[in-house]
Amino acid sequence: MSSLLFWTFAIVMIGFGGAVIINRNPIASALSLVVSFLGLSVLFVSLNAFFIGVIQVLVYAGAVMVLFLFIIMLLDLRAEKIRKINWLTFGGGVIVSLCLLVQILAVIGSTKMAKQPFPPLASPRMDDVRSVGLLLFENYNLPFQIIAVLVLVATIGVIVLSKRELR
Amino acid sequence: MITLGDYLIVSGILFVIGFAGVLLRRNIIIIFMALELMLNAANLSLVAFSRFRLGPDGLPNYNAQVLVFFIITVAAAEVAVGLAIIVALFRVRRTTHVEDINTLKF
Repeated sequence: MSSLLFWTFAIVMIGFGGAVIINRNPIASALSLVVSFLGLSVLFVSLNAFFIGVIQVLVYAGAVMVLFLFIIMLLDLRAEKIRKINWLTFGGGVIVSLCLLVQILAVIGSTKMAKQPFPPLASPRMDDVRSVGLLLFENYNLPFQIIAVLVLVATIGVIVLSKRELR
Repeated sequence: MITLGDYLIVSGILFVIGFAGVLLRRNIIIIFMALELMLNAANLSLVAFSRFRLGPDGLPNYNAQVLVFFIITVAAAEVAVGLAIIVALFRVRRTTHVEDINTLKF
């Protein structure tokens, strides 16, 4: 993929990711999150990870976002009223985030590997769903089944939690 | 030419946005969305390394993509449980603002 497309979608993703935490209205945040995830799935496709890109759209932009919007509407959340900001904690958070950003950029800048372009693939026509599936069911069979139990436990936990009276 | 570093920088910026959201926002649902942003930033760098480190057959290293698959599954389960906890909390306290939930505060 050309660098123009990469930077376009990277900037879309980061811009809407920033809009998630800037917006006061939770519904606007949730919709910004959808656009951010769509940009991210384009970046996955640009890395030849088609399966992960499709899963990203299906699971995040589909299921998780519907869940978020459903909960926001169920709780009937409005835009937040402006509260008094504790400037000490706000400034502390900003400083810690900026330190983390500077540190990540410094580590990436000091790595030789980060300056190399991606090596070409052996065959342009690749079947990545097949490769991921083979690896998943051969080498990672036990973790896959553990994940299945985890999802089952999460489902039961959600049903128990959403009962009217907890005891 | 796009290098590995470009993808890592984008991933790092996305992670910092999520981190700042968790630290700065006081609405518990927005904090939850920021957590999702951080998980996705980690996914992006994993997939970038998978494309960068080709296996002996010249195809991407699919171990990383399997790991991303697991992360997405666990994140979806986590969202379901977390939102159920938020709904249960909202029924009792009628708020999603973390500064109103301070019973355990020392």
